[in-house]
Amino acid sequence: MTAGTAAAAPRADHLVARIWRDGNGRIGLVVTGLLVLAAVLGVLGVLPHDPLAQAPADRLQGPSAAHWLGTDQFGRDVAARTASGIGTSLRVAVLSVAIACVAGSLLGVLAGFFRGWADQVIGRVIDVLFAFPALLLALAVVSALGSGWQNAAVAIAVVYTPIFARVARGPTLSVARSEYVKAAQVLGLPVRRILFRHVLPNVAAPILVQVTLALSWAILTESALSFLGLGTQPPQPSLGLMVSEARDIAALAWWVLAIPALAIVIAVIGLNLLGDGLRGAADPRSRTGGDR
Amino acid sequence: MIGWRWAAARLGGTVLTLFGVTAVVFIVLRLIPGDAITAALGIESGALTPAQRAALEYQYGTDRPWIVQFADWLGQLLRGDLGLSLTSGKSVGGLIAAALPVTVELAVLAAAMGTVTGVALGVLAGSGPGRARDSVTQGVTLVGLAVPEFVLGTTVVVLLAEAFGYFPDTGTFVPLTESLAGNLSQLMYPALVLAVGFAANVVRATRSEFVEIAEADFVRTARGKGLPAARVRLAHILRNAWVPIVTLTGIQFGYLLGGTVIVEHVFALPGMGRLLYTAISDRDYPVVQGAVLVIAALFVLINLATDLVYRALDPRTRAS
Repeated sequence: MTAGTAAAAPRADHLVARIWRDGNGRIGLVVTGLLVLAAVLGVLGVLPHDPLAQAPADRLQGPSAAHWLGTDQFGRDVAARTASGIGTSLRVAVLSVAIACVAGSLLGVLAGFFRGWADQVIGRVIDVLFAFPALLLALAVVSALGSGWQNAAVAIAVVYTPIFARVARGPTLSVARSEYVKAAQVLGLPVRRILFRHVLPNVAAPILVQVTLALSWAILTESALSFLGLGTQPPQPSLGLMVSEARDIAALAWWVLAIPALAIVIAVIGLNLLGDGLRGAADPRSRTGGDR
Repeated sequence: MIGWRWAAARLGGTVLTLFGVTAVVFIVLRLIPGDAITAALGIESGALTPAQRAALEYQYGTDRPWIVQFADWLGQLLRGDLGLSLTSGKSVGGLIAAALPVTVELAVLAAAMGTVTGVALGVLAGSGPGRARDSVTQGVTLVGLAVPEFVLGTTVVVLLAEAFGYFPDTGTFVPLTESLAGNLSQLMYPALVLAVGFAANVVRATRSEFVEIAEADFVRTARGKGLPAARVRLAHILRNAWVPIVTLTGIQFGYLLGGTVIVEHVFALPGMGRLLYTAISDRDYPVVQGAVLVIAALFVLINLATDLVYRALDPRTRAS
């Protein structure tokens, strides 16, 4: 245990330092840091304004010293609502990606390690889930479970689980055939120990890259579902819901539409750049900015 | 010979996948949401006596084992029977037949715009890697990929209302068969919104193909012969880059079908996406099932067609 943690800590430092050296990765790290900061401030409620407090007298005010990013049609502070909306989106994104990453990686590692019928069954299920356009599958799950942010998180997790399974399976196939895994098997180590100590650490890099890409897609999907009224429910602020509510008043107050829209775009770009940087840092041979 | 065997195997796999798709739709939309009785009666179902409920379960067939229900449902599907809408009582097949042409037209328009723009920008960026035009195109592409359709769609709707006093959700839809100009004026903007993300993906693929092929020996030979740069780009590089671009276009076209849900909602177009969205809001499960099934089946068939076209276009894939 001590050897494991001692070895892991400097490696993580290395990774961040290597991402930081990559121009795109640095932007990604900064943007992601700012997002998390905004989300934490929103969740802790230490913002100068309450995101839910209505003030009819102050409705549709432009950006000012009191309201940095203006107010909406109910006089609510757009900055506070955007920060809180980022918090909502990140919460759903982190929850769904965590479920998908654990479930998908586990399935992928099992399929790749044991081959045989486990691989056949898991592979078939993955193929079938890939046969749905991603948003369509999310919509089908939400329509079965009902609206709400928890169900949106489950829907996104269902869509992303097969992707993690596929990402984890490939490298597991080659690791399972490696000398050190064979050596561990010959030594008679328990299968669980081989999987967690020998296989999983060696397939972690592509999974980690997938996590950042999945997070950006999850934020997009959470906002799209909320935009359709099927995700986060009002009055809880959510970026997608804010864009949807802004539609009829944006002509009078551009900031009501522009601020949450910009927040989504910046979040997605930031996480994608972080993913590119991570890909380059985790595998120096790969070139950044290649495929999607 | 080998080509045909491959095609037969691929076709068999597709049939298996389609069967899996129906199973997933059955599990997600039939088993999870509880029973058809609650779906049909809503809150009134709580007032049923046990005997009444049993009678209704018998009538709907939900008292039978789920495997029998699934087989029964599959049988109906194979006969082309998708059931009746719970809200309007119309046949789901008829609703889909009316909505599908709108969505297909929208997707075709978007794909056409996206491919033309994407290839043009991809060649522009790929023919000068590292230069200003490459960086600018890559930056635009990054933004194009990150702007969600609902943000872009909402912005376009707001701008249209401001500039032309045009509101998509007032007024009725003009089908293609009625007036070409009227139809295109309604579909142009939603197609444009869908085309942005499509084009961004095509730019990325075209650029990377272009950069890779530009380093090949035959390109150096062509340049060495003193051929004009434009001729090398079009006749030598692009000619060899277009097979992967066609493949990507096919795959992207499938994804457009998912994106239309958002865009049809924003622009109030009576296509598959809007049909699905309304059905989800109304908890009209037969329509949700039918719409999801038809879109997913189309997606699978488009991917199959893309695969077949790819094999036919590129002789190298046939050798292996």
